[in-house]
Amino acid sequence: MNSKTADRIATGVFIAIAIIIISILVGLFSYILVNGLKHISLDFLTTPSSNVRAGGGIRDQLFNSFYILFITMLIALPLGIGGGIYMAEYAKPGKITDIVRSCIEVLASLPSIVIGMFGLLMFVNLTGWGYTILGGALALTVFNLPVIVRVSEDAIRAVPSDLKEASLALGITKWHTIKTVLLPSAFPTILTGAILAAGRVFGEAAALLFTAGLSTPRLDYANWNPFSSQSPLNIFRPAETLAVHIWSVNTQGLIPDVEDVSNGSAAVLVLSVLVFNLLARWIGSMIHKKVTASK
Amino acid sequence: MHQCIYPIMTYFRGVWCIMEKLVPAKDRLLKSNKNWLDGELRGKILVILCAVIMISATISITIFLGTKGLQSFIKNGVSLIEFITSTQWNPTNQAKPEYGALPFIFGSFAVTFLAAIVAAPLGIGGAIFMTEIAPSWGKKILQPVIELLVGIPSVVYGFIGLTVLVPFIREQVGGLGFSLLSGTIVLSIMILPTVTTIATDAMSSLSKNLREGSYALGATRWQTIRKVLIPAALPTLLTAIVLGMARAFGEALAVQMVIGNVRDIPTSILDASATLTTIITLNMGHTTYGSVENNTLWSMGLILLIMSFAFILLIRYLSSRRKM
Amino acid sequence: MVTAFMEKTTENQAVQSSSQSHKESILKVNNLEIFYGEKRAVNGISMDIEKKSITALIGPSGCGKSTFLRSINRMNDLIPGARAEGEIIYEDLNILSEQINVVALRKEIGMVFQKPNPFPKSIYENITHALKFAGIKKKSKLDEIVEESLKKAALWEEVKDRLHKSALSLSGGQQQRLCIARTIAMKPTVMLLDEPSSALDPISNAKVEDLIVDLKQEYSIIIVTHNMQQASRISDKTAFFLSGDIIEYDYTEKIFTNPAVKKTEEYISGRFG
Repeated sequence: MNSKTADRIATGVFIAIAIIIISILVGLFSYILVNGLKHISLDFLTTPSSNVRAGGGIRDQLFNSFYILFITMLIALPLGIGGGIYMAEYAKPGKITDIVRSCIEVLASLPSIVIGMFGLLMFVNLTGWGYTILGGALALTVFNLPVIVRVSEDAIRAVPSDLKEASLALGITKWHTIKTVLLPSAFPTILTGAILAAGRVFGEAAALLFTAGLSTPRLDYANWNPFSSQSPLNIFRPAETLAVHIWSVNTQGLIPDVEDVSNGSAAVLVLSVLVFNLLARWIGSMIHKKVTASK
Repeated sequence: MHQCIYPIMTYFRGVWCIMEKLVPAKDRLLKSNKNWLDGELRGKILVILCAVIMISATISITIFLGTKGLQSFIKNGVSLIEFITSTQWNPTNQAKPEYGALPFIFGSFAVTFLAAIVAAPLGIGGAIFMTEIAPSWGKKILQPVIELLVGIPSVVYGFIGLTVLVPFIREQVGGLGFSLLSGTIVLSIMILPTVTTIATDAMSSLSKNLREGSYALGATRWQTIRKVLIPAALPTLLTAIVLGMARAFGEALAVQMVIGNVRDIPTSILDASATLTTIITLNMGHTTYGSVENNTLWSMGLILLIMSFAFILLIRYLSSRRKM
Repeated sequence: MVTAFMEKTTENQAVQSSSQSHKESILKVNNLEIFYGEKRAVNGISMDIEKKSITALIGPSGCGKSTFLRSINRMNDLIPGARAEGEIIYEDLNILSEQINVVALRKEIGMVFQKPNPFPKSIYENITHALKFAGIKKKSKLDEIVEESLKKAALWEEVKDRLHKSALSLSGGQQQRLCIARTIAMKPTVMLLDEPSSALDPISNAKVEDLIVDLKQEYSIIIVTHNMQQASRISDKTAFFLSGDIIEYDYTEKIFTNPAVKKTEEYISGRFG
């Protein structure tokens, strides 16, 4: 076989690989959407799920997913941005910085089931809270924090240094410069990264199995008192999220319409993640336009 | 806008008095506790606190899971040798409980290596397609495809594996469908984006001179890729595969839904199997906290933790080779 | 080219010689050494900088003039590994001392950079940003300072109708004058200008130069420049830097017409640098 033929065969193989990857995605998406969209209805989204009978919806799971995401971001964003500021502005090259960087690396590479186990140990047993939204959110914070730190650090480092110098030269303190010059300039990039991270958190299940639990108490959406056990806003109640719901109905569910419910839930989940991705892209390109237009 | 988002930070706004020139230079220009300690130091403390929280989270995860994972050996007297070498897993047998976790350790490694074997050529091939074969339009199509694949949650992979892949294998290939093969396929698709993304970075960061030099010598594209580009990018390509394997090793729910979860070492890829993560996922909720069986699950968790440290070390080793 | 400034300096001869009467100094530099890690960038220089006059620092790239300028308001603190020894005395205090509150120092010793670097905010906010931080909150007071400093920076007429538009919409020259205005607003005593017009077109350059000359009435100005004509046109004293040393420091007219050191003459006549 001469080298020309080999080259042609190789090119064919690479194109075939690309086609395989694309068809995997197209196959997955069309399967999810074709099977799922027909089950998505207002009724499906607004009725509570059933443990035994067919026809249950995903109202509580959907709410739980967004609520846990919200609480997670409430904790992870300030912590992560603070960590990013530390890494970008305060950390001096040396041992301590290396340690912090290694810690971020370790946290980022922990399997989510291990984070779930840690959550079970810390936020469920040690605190005595049992399965709670807060415990789930804290576990997800551990899962999410490295991403936010990295995104914030990169975003702050990307702010032109002459802006920082300008502010410092005017007799403004470093901290005030960070707050009023660096963070606002880095904000769009941080936001884009945070939304992408939110998509990941939204679909996460393994870290929640043993922290937020597999059940949801009967919720009264008219009850807005966050301390009432029936209130959806109570952060000390167990909460099954959409991703966890898909897993639990498939592995331990008794309902006869497992596949319908899972198909519908999977479609909602994937569409939500898709919306997060598109939103992040859209914000990213908007900012890009704004920045390039003004220069 | 940022001030609504970072309410904590606005608490620490430094209050400064107007510097009048009438004040003696000493009072104006020398550090004094009053103006210096106000916003500046508090801000610094705040961000250092964030870093400290990250360090303590990492340390406490290691310590808590470490001590908890060792309890089955220290407190319950389970033999470490038995745990990692015996194939007999019978924790519920009242008379003679057995705690051999080898089938699950084997399952984890088997499914990880098989997934890497499938995903590596696909991922690296996809990367080469994007950077070498069709750099103009290939990336525009494949890049979003990869990003969308990352976005699909693992339970959705597991669910599709369960409803499509498992019946397909049962009918077309044989066996129960719940098998090492199903787990391998699901995992390899899941780690494909990781491998492809890093492999693409590796290929596109190669210097142009390498390609041009090779083409100038009359080499074909395939010869250039095989003899010049892949060897040059090898450490990073290996990093890509190791990162993919790290993800596969720790993945729990998707695998658990398709692999069958039996306690025997599989003899063929069509046999059902189990991994450390799937056993933890299945049994953590069913066993009594503090019981021997429960404690052995924590020991499996400790193996996962140790393995993720091992993967980090491996990646560090590879990246130190890259720098040379 | 050389004849052009020769003419100008002879014209100014009379004025110059009368103003050569010794002025009070604002900064006294004593044996200042600046290091970047192991490397010494400034080798023990000493000079007095006169109050309310323009001092130009000239010399080839890498001669230490910018390093010296940035040490006067401690901007070198930002560079990891940079350290300074010796003294820069301002108001009887050594600026380089650990005891100095650099934030307060930078309010009194302002700096304008080579590349215009307005904040990505409105023109108005560019000026009020530091004022608000310094504790001035009253709208009427802020308005007053904004107008006053834009007028001093000769920018008021051009921007008074669009104060709340983005500062990035201004031309390069306008942006640089805005940066000067924002420094003026802090009412500094010394202004450090690091090649403030090198990134600008000739017309903007001329405007900025006129502005700098006007500012001498109120501020002590130290300017780093690569442009010999600019140094000769606007400065009162000139220091010639070479490889971290001051080769010659004298009245500008003397430096440009009758330099004492041969190296100085070679540099200003364009034989190297």
